[in-house]
Amino acid sequence: MNLNRRNFLKALGLTGIAAGTGSKLNAVPVKKNSNKEFYGILYDSTRCAGCQGCEWECALEHGLPDPDLEDIPEVGKNRKTSENRRSVINVYNTSRGEVYVKNQCMHCNQPACASACLTQAMHKTEEGPVIWRDEKCMGCRYCMVSCPYDVPKFEYFSSNPNIQKCDMCWDRVKDGKLPACVEGCPADALTFGPRRELIAEARRRINENPDQYYDHIYGEHEAGGTGFLYLSPVPFGEIGFNTSIMNKPYPELTKGFLYSVPSIFVLWPAMLLGIHKATSNKNNQNQDEDE
Amino acid sequence: MKMSNSDIALNRENEKKPIWSFLLSELKPKGKIFTPFNIISVPVIILGIILIVIRFSKGLGAVTNLNQDVPWGLWIGFDVVTGVAFAGGAYVITFLVYILNMKQYQSIVRVTVLNGFLAYVFYAGALLLDLGKPWNVVNPIIGNSFGVSSVLFLVAWHFLLYMLAQLIEFSPAIAEWIGARRARKILSAMTIGAVIFGITLSTLHQSGLGALYLMAKEKIHPLWYSEFIPILFFVSSIFAGLSMVIFEGSISFKVFSNQISDKNHKSHHDIIHGLAKICTITLYVYFFLQVLAFVHGKNWEYLNTRMGHWYLVEIFGFILLPMILFFYSYRKYNILLVKVASIITMVGIIINRLNVTVIGFKWDAAQHYYPTWMEIVVTLTVIFIEIWIFRWIINRLPVLRESPTWAKSH
Repeated sequence: MNLNRRNFLKALGLTGIAAGTGSKLNAVPVKKNSNKEFYGILYDSTRCAGCQGCEWECALEHGLPDPDLEDIPEVGKNRKTSENRRSVINVYNTSRGEVYVKNQCMHCNQPACASACLTQAMHKTEEGPVIWRDEKCMGCRYCMVSCPYDVPKFEYFSSNPNIQKCDMCWDRVKDGKLPACVEGCPADALTFGPRRELIAEARRRINENPDQYYDHIYGEHEAGGTGFLYLSPVPFGEIGFNTSIMNKPYPELTKGFLYSVPSIFVLWPAMLLGIHKATSNKNNQNQDEDE
Repeated sequence: MKMSNSDIALNRENEKKPIWSFLLSELKPKGKIFTPFNIISVPVIILGIILIVIRFSKGLGAVTNLNQDVPWGLWIGFDVVTGVAFAGGAYVITFLVYILNMKQYQSIVRVTVLNGFLAYVFYAGALLLDLGKPWNVVNPIIGNSFGVSSVLFLVAWHFLLYMLAQLIEFSPAIAEWIGARRARKILSAMTIGAVIFGITLSTLHQSGLGALYLMAKEKIHPLWYSEFIPILFFVSSIFAGLSMVIFEGSISFKVFSNQISDKNHKSHHDIIHGLAKICTITLYVYFFLQVLAFVHGKNWEYLNTRMGHWYLVEIFGFILLPMILFFYSYRKYNILLVKVASIITMVGIIINRLNVTVIGFKWDAAQHYYPTWMEIVVTLTVIFIEIWIFRWIINRLPVLRESPTWAKSH
């Protein structure tokens, strides 16, 4: 009897330890209480003339090579962001003529990349921009696997490779300045501000000119809401947007699995120890009978 | 008392050498140098090491075909994800022996745990080759950079802790080798704790490897993506690991035949026969889960496409077929057929893991990923070095051969 009691206590102790470690592994990032609102950028494709001014400003600001003068937006050509450029303009032939679209990180409210990152190198700042931090990153590229928009780019030909992606010019935003692309846009196609106000502004534009706009703000709900918001004259499928993006945040896809971790950490050891005790008693008896 | 193999084998006890000179003498190679395996593996390993040097000086792009759309290739999809599934045998066998007290599998515990341990060291070690900044690999373990909401964080910790658990499970063999009687007693007492901890960790990270891909919802072909991925990965790791145990055991019993006692020689067929039964059951459960995931995902429309045909090949050729073969060979006590079934199962696991991680990943992209010959050579290098270390240990430690007499009296 004594032995059983001891084992029971042992199991209890194990369970306790497991519960402790389990819940630690599963802690969900909690936003610190702050009154800050996420900033975002509203891109109005009806205003964009495709001058690539934003591409040049971006390259200058982040020390990237100048955009290739030969490589300009053309219908049918899909220009992509890369380890050398964080922002690109593409043009699409649509039911309402040619439409330009800017492409860069969407700065999701709940970014898949940041929840995928095991070192917090990808980080959703309190100001809203999703940034990448060199000293934390171990280069596993799980952010690239997870991002539904395929935004993070990896320097495959470097011995100390970095991830390149738009960071909404976080250094400038912290200092109260506008992101480089917004400041450099001559057509006023880009607007920077608190995300809530941008949505109100976008709605106002749609309401005032219902003929000019397709009645949808891309990014209001996509991927659980994004910091970059888009207005378009045509449905977004026509201008190269991935229409299979779901409307809930991507980190939710792994939530169920992560939530089950603590319970398995509690239940498994206790159950295994129980079975072990049950079967070893039986076995001892068998052995006694044999002898 | 009958002379057992262990008494003939080199044993520190008999020689009373100081520990360092004993270890030094053990470092020397034993056996023939020009075996077919050595002749094949040495050039591959040398080439692989050169490629690894190039990879670290010029970047990943210099040796791999990875691109911005497909950031994980052969080194993750095969070395890590498939390799860890094959290493699942260790937790299944320790579960059978220590938790269910099925003593008939006792004789293969050590070799299976050793195999599992080496697999984790080398295949998780292969992860370092794939990291852009491997010097930051300690960030999720020490420091203040814990990405606790990441599945990969969980997997990384579990790899580390499970390697530790397996080392404890294996450590009595090391103590017997160097003749440390007291240490052996203490380490043996820790076995059951390590086993329970290890099985719990394995459950979570075998499924966790599948859960890694849950966020890549639109990127993986719908026939292979479902919310069941973690469960499918876990269940398949059971028969993947056992098939590896059957396959590896059959080879070891031939190559290291002189180390195995008559008793264990005889029981080996019974062990394989018993494992065939477990494989049949788990394959059946897995098949059922696959059908469930298929119906649940409403995937009928994809069946009559190229990927759909490939999917049917996997389901019928590499799940249903080996299941029937395992069942039939179990009923007929046909050991050869069990081995055939285990090889088919292993091929099926490779296909399945690669389908999720490489083949079905961005299946609709304009630019497909194929591994370069260099990625394959580095993969072979990792496998060959592991086999070298495995052979080195088997020839010295009481893994396949019996423990020294003093250790058995406990």
